[in-house]
Amino acid sequence: MAAIFKKEFKAYFMNMSGYVFMAFLLLFAGIYVTAINLKSGYASFEYTLSSMSMVFIFIIPILTMRSIAEERHSRTDQLLYSLPLRVSDIVLGKFLAMLAVLAIPVAIMSGYPLILSAFGTVHYTACYGAMLAFFLLGAALIAICMFMSALTESQIIAAVLSFGVLLVAYLMSGIASLIPSTAIVSFFALIVVSIVLAAIVWLLTKNPVVALVAAAICIIPLSLLYYFNSSVFAGLFQELLNTLSLFDRFDNFIYGIFDVTALVYYISVIVFFLFLTMQSVEKRRWS
Amino acid sequence: MIEVKNLTKKYGNHLAVKGISFTVEEGHIYGFLGPNGAGKSTTMNIITGCLAATSGNVTIDGHDIYEEPLEAKRCIGYLPEQPPLYFDMTPFEYLMFVAEAKGIDYESAFRQTREVIEATRLTEHQNRLIRNLSKGYKQRVGIAQAMLGNPKVIILDEPTVGLDPKQIIEIRDLIRELGRDKTIILSSHIMQEVQAVCDRVMIISNGNLVASDNIENLESLVSRTNKLHISVRCDEETAEEVLMAINGVERMSMMHTKDEGVLDITLDTDRAYDPRDDIFFAMADRRCAIIAMRYEESTLEDIFLRLTDSDREVPASEEETEKEIFGVDLERTEYTSQFSTAGYSIEDDENGKGGEE
Repeated sequence: MAAIFKKEFKAYFMNMSGYVFMAFLLLFAGIYVTAINLKSGYASFEYTLSSMSMVFIFIIPILTMRSIAEERHSRTDQLLYSLPLRVSDIVLGKFLAMLAVLAIPVAIMSGYPLILSAFGTVHYTACYGAMLAFFLLGAALIAICMFMSALTESQIIAAVLSFGVLLVAYLMSGIASLIPSTAIVSFFALIVVSIVLAAIVWLLTKNPVVALVAAAICIIPLSLLYYFNSSVFAGLFQELLNTLSLFDRFDNFIYGIFDVTALVYYISVIVFFLFLTMQSVEKRRWS
Repeated sequence: MIEVKNLTKKYGNHLAVKGISFTVEEGHIYGFLGPNGAGKSTTMNIITGCLAATSGNVTIDGHDIYEEPLEAKRCIGYLPEQPPLYFDMTPFEYLMFVAEAKGIDYESAFRQTREVIEATRLTEHQNRLIRNLSKGYKQRVGIAQAMLGNPKVIILDEPTVGLDPKQIIEIRDLIRELGRDKTIILSSHIMQEVQAVCDRVMIISNGNLVASDNIENLESLVSRTNKLHISVRCDEETAEEVLMAINGVERMSMMHTKDEGVLDITLDTDRAYDPRDDIFFAMADRRCAIIAMRYEESTLEDIFLRLTDSDREVPASEEETEKEIFGVDLERTEYTSQFSTAGYSIEDDENGKGGEE
């Protein structure tokens, strides 16, 4: 894992992507700090971080697009498979290298509150708590986008896919508010989600029976529950989307709440998508 | 060293490798020979753990490639068909990465990297970007990568494809040098290359292993039938009557030539008995003039072409395969597809000459 980490970390600075990523993050940090902290005179860096989380949508795909797609494209994945490495070593090494690239601008940014403290009262605990959440949010997004990169051979497709997914994640609560909160709408939305899940299972396993079973497992309990107690469904889908929304989870930190559930959620997302990435890399060997 | 048992690989509905079994012993250079698409790369990818088999086992130095992949992979250095290089690294950086990924500590990694760079004569180019190296040097970096970590077996998939003749010779010399203290498996679709470098040959065709033996045995096997080409001025009936009566002639085929009344005849004859004198006198008795006669001892090329002729049904099980090589097949094979055979040898001759010059 150490070897992969070293190689990947160096690779980000041998081509442009590492520099571009860091430059953009720091550029926007500068713009937001100027606008929010310096011009408007707020001493809380949390607000800046909250506004900046949007920047992730554009720059995380730049960082992650090459991670696995490039290996496949240049056939170097064969080297990795033939070396005495576990798939988890490969995926973790790559993920940690990206985290390290993210950590550099975040470390630079963590100096900003110290500067701001010269001009007002900075709540360090709230501020650095938010910084930690900001970093974990970035890590979770990296894990998601890394999985996108594992789905394709083309960096461009990986970047576009990642961008789309991040945008949906960002707009999730907005989308949720569009959906009426009646029980019947929630019920049908969940049925549609079940069918989409079953379709994904079918695409992955190419086994219609497994897909049908998956669909049945989701749909039958939902239908039964709706039949016996439809009031449960009122607003359920909205709530589900809001709960899953990565970006909205960050909001608590702005108000100075150290939301452990959010941190746990970010870590769960990281673990889940790293697992999916490993499966996807492993699957390639079985194709 | 390496044991492969009943290896099968299916791509969708296409059976790429059909139950191959073989054993690789220590200290030999093995040639893995077969036409394009025969299943060579697939088999090699499975042995090295890059690809999962549909069924069957591979054991390397006692380690199963699925059960103990890390131990098994430590015994192997692998160069895939397309050298897996990171173009924005220098050979030195690249080799250091591979050495460390193979679990070698920094000091030994540094030393070994220097050694393999020396051995593959990359010293002058070690600090240029791999992107800017010529194909031959890229191939060397690939071979150097396989040598790191001192693996017991080195597997090279078509190491000389796309190189110029001088580079081919250099790479072959390098492989021979390596073969002195390591087991090497190299794949190729060029017979001459295998003949030049390897001491054992495995011939694979349509996903089946059709022959596995050392070169001398295969040679003695093929030359059981030699070929005799004669041009003779006579009619077909006479030619057939005379020739089939001659001791040692097994099969004949005839062709009319541009010259009026001259037949070109190709005979398969028993290696143990040279029928040239008999034919000469028999023809002389009939007052038929022999215009040309050329005796051709069968080469490995012939057995390769025969065994890999894609039109033929090849039996799957190993015993049948062996029986086939050691006798039955040689009588059964028909030279019906002369044209395609000729096409093959032209292509291979070109490659072969490229190598010898």
